[in-house]
Order: sequence, then C-alpha cells, then structure tokens
Amino acid sequence: MPQNEHIELHRKRHGQRLDHQERKRKKESREAHERSHKARKMIGLKAKLYHKQRHSEKIQMKKTLKMHEQRKTKQKNDDKTPEGAVPAYLLDREGQSRAKILSNMIKQKRKEKAGKWEVPLPKVRAQGETEVLKVIRTGKRQKKAWKRMVTKVCFVGDNFTRKPPKYERFIRPMGLRFKKAHVTHPELKATFCLPILGVKKNPSSPLYTTLGVITKGTVVEVNVSELGLVTQGGKVIWGEISPILSNVY
Amino acid sequence: SAALIDMSMMSSDVERLLIQFQDEAGEPLGSPFDVPLDITPDKLQLVCNALLQKEPVPLAFFVRGEAEVVESLRVCVKALGVETEAVLPVVYQPQAVFRVRAVARCTSSLQGHTEAVISAAFSPTGKYLASGSGDTTVRFWDLTTETPQHTSRGHSHWVLTISWSPDGRKLASGCKNSQICIWDPVTGQQMGKTLTGHTKWITWISWEPLHLNPECRYLASSSKDGAVRVWDVVLGRCERILTGHTQSVTCVKWGGDGLLYTSSQDRTIKVWRAKDGVQCRTLQGHAHWVNTLALSTDYVLRTGAFEPADATINPQDQTGTFEELKEKALQRYNKVRGEAPERLVSGSDDFTLFLWNPAEDKKPLARLTGHSALINEVLFSPDTRLLASASFDKSIKIWDGRTGKYLQSLRGHVAAVYQVAWSADSRLMVSGSSDSTLKVWDIKTGKLHTDLPGHADEVFAVDWSPDGQRVVSGGKDKCLRIWRR
Repeated sequence: MPQNEHIELHRKRHGQRLDHQERKRKKESREAHERSHKARKMIGLKAKLYHKQRHSEKIQMKKTLKMHEQRKTKQKNDDKTPEGAVPAYLLDREGQSRAKILSNMIKQKRKEKAGKWEVPLPKVRAQGETEVLKVIRTGKRQKKAWKRMVTKVCFVGDNFTRKPPKYERFIRPMGLRFKKAHVTHPELKATFCLPILGVKKNPSSPLYTTLGVITKGTVVEVNVSELGLVTQGGKVIWGEISPILSNVY
Repeated sequence: SAALIDMSMMSSDVERLLIQFQDEAGEPLGSPFDVPLDITPDKLQLVCNALLQKEPVPLAFFVRGEAEVVESLRVCVKALGVETEAVLPVVYQPQAVFRVRAVARCTSSLQGHTEAVISAAFSPTGKYLASGSGDTTVRFWDLTTETPQHTSRGHSHWVLTISWSPDGRKLASGCKNSQICIWDPVTGQQMGKTLTGHTKWITWISWEPLHLNPECRYLASSSKDGAVRVWDVVLGRCERILTGHTQSVTCVKWGGDGLLYTSSQDRTIKVWRAKDGVQCRTLQGHAHWVNTLALSTDYVLRTGAFEPADATINPQDQTGTFEELKEKALQRYNKVRGEAPERLVSGSDDFTLFLWNPAEDKKPLARLTGHSALINEVLFSPDTRLLASASFDKSIKIWDGRTGKYLQSLRGHVAAVYQVAWSADSRLMVSGSSDSTLKVWDIKTGKLHTDLPGHADEVFAVDWSPDGQRVVSGGKDKCLRIWRR
C-alpha cells in the first residue's frame, strides 16, 4: 500500500521494463491455473469462505452469459391464439357492445342467490340525522319542532300521496324527488339512464330505507328492460340491483 | 270420383264456383271444376289428388297464387274480393310428404372446446356432426351417444368456416390464418395437404355439387383478401384464382349449373363460370357490404344424393357407385330447380335484400325492404318457396321465394338474430341469436313454436340435420347443444 506516489513517479521518470507487457500478459494467463490450484489445495475455514464466494460468482457469470445469448437469437412472438373468437360474419364489425352483459348478469344472479343485497360497496360513512334531516319549526310561535325535512335526494314510488300536512312528520320536497338514475356498466363503460324501481337498502339507517332517501352507498333497484337482457332460463330481465357510488352528496 | 259426385249433388243449393287447378308454373290441371263455395282444403286435396292420378300427397292451395286456402274457399274469396262468375285459378303446391317434428328439449350439452364454438354443421346424411372453434380445433361428435369422437388439430388460428362435401365423406375447414384443411370424419385425420394460398382469412367454403362431379374433388373458397380460389382437393393445389373483387369476399356459392356466385364488401356480386374462371356478370345495386348469399337450390346441393324423405332413425352413409349417386343427385336437383333457373338472394348491410336471376339477368327481380338493421343471413327453404332473412334488428322476415313478396315477420328475439336453419320439410325453422336463445318457428301459422333457452352466452352457429331429427347450436359459452324432440 504505497503512501505516496513514488511508484508512479518512478514509472514516469524511468519508464517500465522492456518486457513489461509480455510479462503482464503471461502472468494474466497463468491466473486461471493459479486460481484453480488454490481452489484445490485450500483447506479449512478459508476454503469454505472462498468456495462460497466463488460459487456465487459463477452463478452471476452464468446469468450474464445467458442474457447475452438470448439477445442474439430473435424469438418469435407467442403462438397463442388470441381470445375472443368470433364467427366470420362478426369479424369486420366492432366488438359487440353488449358482449359482457350476459356473463356479468349470470355472475350477478349467482351473487344474488348467495347474499341478497351483496353488491361490492366501499365502506360508507354512516350519515347522522342532523345531516340528512332538517328540523322544521311549526306552530303559531314556531316553537314546535317535530317535523323533519329530508335534505338528500330521495325516491318516492309512483303511487305516492302525501299524508295530510297536519300529520306528516317527514317532508320529502318535490325538488329532491328523482325517478331516474344514471347506471354505468363497469365493463362496457356505457351509461344508461334508467328508471328507478325502488330503494332496497340505505346503509346508514333503516329509517332512510323506508323514506327512500338516496345517499352514497344506497342500493337501488333499476328497470333494465330496455337493455334487452335475457336469463339462461329464457326469461327477459327487467330489474337489477346496483349501488349508488357517485354524484350523491 | 263417385264420392265426389255425391258430394256435389248433395249441396246443390249452396253457392258454387268454377275453379281451375294450376301448378306453380301456371300449367292448368284438367278442366275447370265446379265446387261449392264452402269447400275445405282437405276436400280440395282429394279432388286434386284424384286429378293428378299419382300417389296422394299433401297439398296447399293458393287462390290466384296469393291467398292460401286455410278454412274454406269462401273466406279467401271474400278476402280477395273476387267475383264468383269467372273461373278462379287455384294454384296447388305439393308439400313435403314427410313431416319433421319440432325439437323441444336439449338432450345434451357437449363440452370439449376450450374457446367459443364458431361454426357447426351436420353432414349431408345427418350421420356426422362437426364443429369448428376459436381454440383452432375441429371436433367431430358421435351422434348416437352424443359424445366427442375426434379432435382434429391442424389449424393455427380460429376455425371460421366448415363445409361438408355433398357425399359426406370429407369436411373442409378454413381458418383465420388463411389455411384450408380437409378432414376425414371417420378417422378424424387430415386428408391430403393443407391448402395455403390466400393471404387473409377464409370467409366461406363451397364444394362443387355432386351432380356435376360425384368424386367431390373441387371446392371454392373466398377470403378477405378479395380473391376466390378453386382448389383440387385430391392433388392439394389451387386450380384457379378468381380475382375481380376489390374488397373482402364475404360469401361464395357454387351453383348447380356450373356457375360460381360471389358477394363482396365492395357492394357487388359477381357471377363466374366455374370451368374456366371467366367472369360472366356483375350484379350491382346494393348500397353497402353484401354479407350473405343464398341460392334457391342450396339445400338440395348440400344434401346431394340423400333424400330427407328416405331418412331412417340411424343415419347411414351414402352407398352406391359414382354414377348412381350422380344420377340421384341430378334427379333431385332438377326436381327442385324446376323449369326456371336458379334464383339468388343477397342480404346486405344496407338493410335490404335483392332477389336476382343471375344466370340470365343483370337486373334484380325484386328489392326486399323492411328490415331496420343489417341482415346477417338469408336462407331459402328446402322447397325454395320461402325465403327467411335474419337481421340484427331482432326479427326474422319471411318472403315469397319466387316473387320476393313480403309475407310475415317473426318477432321474439331480444337481440340480434345471427343464424337460421330450415327443417327438411320447410315447415319449421330454428333461429339462433345473440340473446343466447334459440327459437323454433312454425311457418304456417307464423308463430313461435318453441323457445329453447339454455346457452349461457351468444349463439353463433345453428344447424338442422337433413334427416330432421336434431338441431345443433354452438356459441360463445364453448359448448355445443343438441336438441331433439
């Protein structure tokens, strides 16, 4: 371990031996023999450590060689035939927009059989009464506070008639009554505006379910007869369950 | 005749009418006959059969060739508003002697394909069943046990179209990699070499009719590359290349008179001479892609020498020397063809069909409008009297096979109708649709006979066996279903 540059200085001043390159070359070529001699003759702990290190070195070398080899040969792309076989008359046409409806419908049906209102829902925050219902003051001196008005979108059925105002505790304003919902099919990425048939379950409270309040995560039944879906038994499907996921506050 | 005279004597106080029986070509049969106005079709049948002096056959009667006599002559006359003074021409049409029973249940669901089933066909005698699929195999199925028989591997891409030779001894299949293979249904092995030559996928394969060549040696294939090739199957080479179309050729049909008809996406239909490949005629008129062609003699060319009326419970192979088979096939062909040359119908993306007389005329006989979406398949009934068109507008329309007049619409499907198949007696028709159901329609009443649900996904291929016993359907759910009575 030279502490200063005296070796380099000497080389610069006086140059190298005349046969330096020759000796260097020969020494390097002897290296393989010397290494193998060492590997054979070593014993004890030193040998163990050396062999372990040498083993991992060899593995690395093999890997790089293989990599180089692979780059040399050109591999033909996978011969696997593509999915989505269609008959000749459908080949030049755009993929059927209803391609996945039926298979999804079957999966939905199976899910329905398994657990009635099980739809993939993200965990929703339960909304408290103060958020959904607003206190309406009534009476001559505006002291009575037993009426509530719904502040969220709700669905009332076709045959809905208001109770007499004196007895109606929950008010659902006309402006917040919706009949149709935009339903997006997740696979087809197509959105349809379909009439709502009913509110199945509101995750926050059963009271909201009976009132028909629609908040995030509410499961709603929509009328899909215009999509023309058919079950495996040959019956035409007219209703589907889906959750409300967005654009509801 | 004594019974007939009695009948006419008895009802002498009823209104009577003079009718003249005529066959479909307009030739009169016997002299004008005096019949009571209330006469029913069965009595008319007795009279007509007596006049024909042949084996009694079931007949249908059409007043003046238009209105069918269903209950009594009186109803027809009233409907048409014809005067009862003049002689009324009544056209008689022999119906098929045998009656095919409607299929009602699914006897088996044949699994085996690992991808969607894209094509399925019965052999001309109904003995073998073959299906081509997206998993690049052609599978043969044993119909007596309804189990798989052979799996034929040889294609490298989806098997788009399959076609049986008219003698039922060979099956040709074309794939998306533009290769055609010939298979032997008995062993499941490939016969001869793979026929290569097309540059894009094969859209249709059509064999030379049996009565022109009983060896079944030549076939014509059409492809997306716009060319039609005539192959010699024995030598395994291409005999002729017919170029002329500028876009994909969607369908090729080898007619019984030695003419080849091809339809293409370039909106034209070309008529070629099969012998030397010379183009005879170009039929123009469509406004969009021509998807499908149908010849009036399609069914009889497909079945060759096999007569569906002679079918037995266990379908047999065709036996006989080449001459015998050729003679039989020629007889059948001439009977169905009649005096007039073959008629051709083309269905297109422009929602209309054209009825042509391609051997003689460049102008269409009729333009059939009415569909509200593209037409996927057209098919003549086996007796060539009716024409069915299946369309993406969920309906099937029935037209008169001779004049092209609209007869009725069959509605019931809730999604695009992909394929139809007629039963051998032309009384029933089955249709397969994208809504995964098949429906059997009774043509006489125009109503739905049976609904056949069961597939889990779209139904791509439908076929009715020529012996009338089975219907096969294959679809996207990878299984093949066999339906029987």
